Amino acid sequence: MANWIPLWLHKLSSPPTFYRFAGTLQPWATALALLTGAIALYGGLVLAPADYQQGDAYRIIFIHVPSAWMSMFIYGVMGLASFIALVWRIKLAEVVAMESAPIGAAFTFITLVTGSLWGRPMWGTWWTWDARLTSELVLLFLFLGVIGLYHAFEDRRQGARAAAFLALIGIINVPIVHFSVNWWNTLHQGSTVKVFGPSKMSGDMLWPLLLMMLATKLYYIASLFRRVRTDLLAMENGKDWVRKIAESEADR
Amino acid sequence: MSEHAASLSRACAAMLRRDLLLAWRRRGDIAMPVLYALIVTTLFPFALGPEDTLLLRIAGGVVLVTVLLAMLLALDAMFASDIEDGSLEQLVLSPQPLAPMLGMKILAHWITTALPLIVISPLMAAMLHLPAAVIPVLMLALLLATPLLSLLGAVLVALTAGTRRSGMLLALMLLPLCVPAVIFAAGAVAAAQQGLPWLAPISWLAAGLVLAVVLAPLACAAALRIALDA
Amino acid sequence: MTVVAPVTPLLEARALSFHRQDEPVFAPLDFQLHAGELALVEGDNGSGKTTLMRLLAGLLRAGEGELRWRGQPLQRDDCAGEIQFLGHQLGLKTDLSPRENLRFSRGLHGCRDGATIPGVLARVGLRGYEDEPVRRLSAGQKKRAALARLLLLPATLWLLDEPYANLDRIGIALVNELLAEHTAHGGAAMVTSHGAVSFHGGQPRRIRMHE
Repeated sequence: MANWIPLWLHKLSSPPTFYRFAGTLQPWATALALLTGAIALYGGLVLAPADYQQGDAYRIIFIHVPSAWMSMFIYGVMGLASFIALVWRIKLAEVVAMESAPIGAAFTFITLVTGSLWGRPMWGTWWTWDARLTSELVLLFLFLGVIGLYHAFEDRRQGARAAAFLALIGIINVPIVHFSVNWWNTLHQGSTVKVFGPSKMSGDMLWPLLLMMLATKLYYIASLFRRVRTDLLAMENGKDWVRKIAESEADR
Repeated sequence: MSEHAASLSRACAAMLRRDLLLAWRRRGDIAMPVLYALIVTTLFPFALGPEDTLLLRIAGGVVLVTVLLAMLLALDAMFASDIEDGSLEQLVLSPQPLAPMLGMKILAHWITTALPLIVISPLMAAMLHLPAAVIPVLMLALLLATPLLSLLGAVLVALTAGTRRSGMLLALMLLPLCVPAVIFAAGAVAAAQQGLPWLAPISWLAAGLVLAVVLAPLACAAALRIALDA
Repeated sequence: MTVVAPVTPLLEARALSFHRQDEPVFAPLDFQLHAGELALVEGDNGSGKTTLMRLLAGLLRAGEGELRWRGQPLQRDDCAGEIQFLGHQLGLKTDLSPRENLRFSRGLHGCRDGATIPGVLARVGLRGYEDEPVRRLSAGQKKRAALARLLLLPATLWLLDEPYANLDRIGIALVNELLAEHTAHGGAAMVTSHGAVSFHGGQPRRIRMHE
């Protein structure tokens, strides 16, 4: 009974099958992402009440928190895909891991920038070395390192394997960094500033946040599928299924 | 001598001996990281002013970061010549397990790059007016942090083996890995300077080092195999 | 009439192939190599001879097909000590002398019965150069130093990629002598070469590479 899951996954990992599968889902994901994103933004920026402590400035959390969540989520997906790519050498896993890195980097960057923008009016500082922000910065370096290493190789599959290995090392490292920065903050008093979390989360504030989290996930799927499809075409260049697609595009 | 594969300990000794001999043949190169560290340390008083109180507050951190950067400069060369002349291939093909062999290479590299830096670290610390009582803690912290960096750096250098490498990429990849080691090493020195107990961060460093000694050579061997396309 | 039982080949390849960037480097290969045999790998430039040698040595991972060692599927751990590979890069540290290079290799691989470092260096014609740094030797002498390693270390199978490169007439004759002795003692060898090759002891097995 549970057999069909691994069988379906195995079929899905074949490039032409995934190409078609992703191709059908992608437009829906894009549309839904835009829709939920718009509603979430409206709910967060217009509908939700102002925070009694922070006023209107807190509204940036509707972008900051989902971005932070996505950076962690993508880092997890990249790690899983990297593991599969290294152990079973499945091409699709390699592509998913490598194409997730730029998207993850973008979300991490947004997290850092919005965190900084939030910190300024709240705590008077553009940057603070608390454990969470520092871990986000290290995560950004990890994503950039993976992207850099991937492109340093001439053989793409070899580059993907090397970058996947780096991603796995990074996965072990980020919690260690988080822990050590926490310790470091306890040693050097006076720099523990919390840039996360408004004082209280009422229901009016919660639903836009959750909806935005959904929107960002859908965006990730849409963006990832688009990138992976493009990459698969490039990698499988010369194979029959790619030629058929090129011919049918030419006929149109 | 009979026809049997050499024992592991004999092979490790041979590997260590060869790399140390090679470093000795080019012993001029050993001076480079040391000179670099001394120059950088000298620049700080010029940049910040010779005020003792300021310098002694930053001394521990400056020495640590300077040693780290000096090691980073030398890290690239760990496998470069072996890849160029084909001896790394021969090593991979030998009947010896790759991880201990790489461990010996990393040890030789640490002895020739980090140990000289640790030896001159009291001089650098004194130039920045670090209190004399703190210097032993600094040296202990360096003694634990530098092999950790060598081991982690080796894994990354192995990953980039044979690419059109840029030193910047290595630095970018290495920075996140160094952060915990730097934090705990500098934390120990800072604690000692404030008269607080410094054993806890040192213990964390030591624990990390033990883990790295066991795991890094294995990771290095895996990374090398990926990079050499085996 | 006695029936001779078929001898298990030392090395056997069935439909062996290798891909780079999803392109096959050479057409699927089938061959057998027995102990005491010498094989010449023939093919045009770019036909994948070096890739094949590196694949057999264990530096590359096979694409499809099967490699068998003494009848069993080839496991690198089992046969690591029995195969010696000599490629375009000689694997010699140029700052060390031939003697020091050999001492290191012996430390890793052990030593063939009866072989000594001065002995093998003399055999390859490097008497008097044992302690010169390799970077000061000529290209031909460097090649000889690498050949000395073949003599010193225990191995059943020699994989030699362009062993005649950089050698003069005497050097080429030396390689042929070493090959003949090796196979006479039960070893096997695979050799690639660009130029015409004539071995001692008649015709070798030929393996033809196609794209």
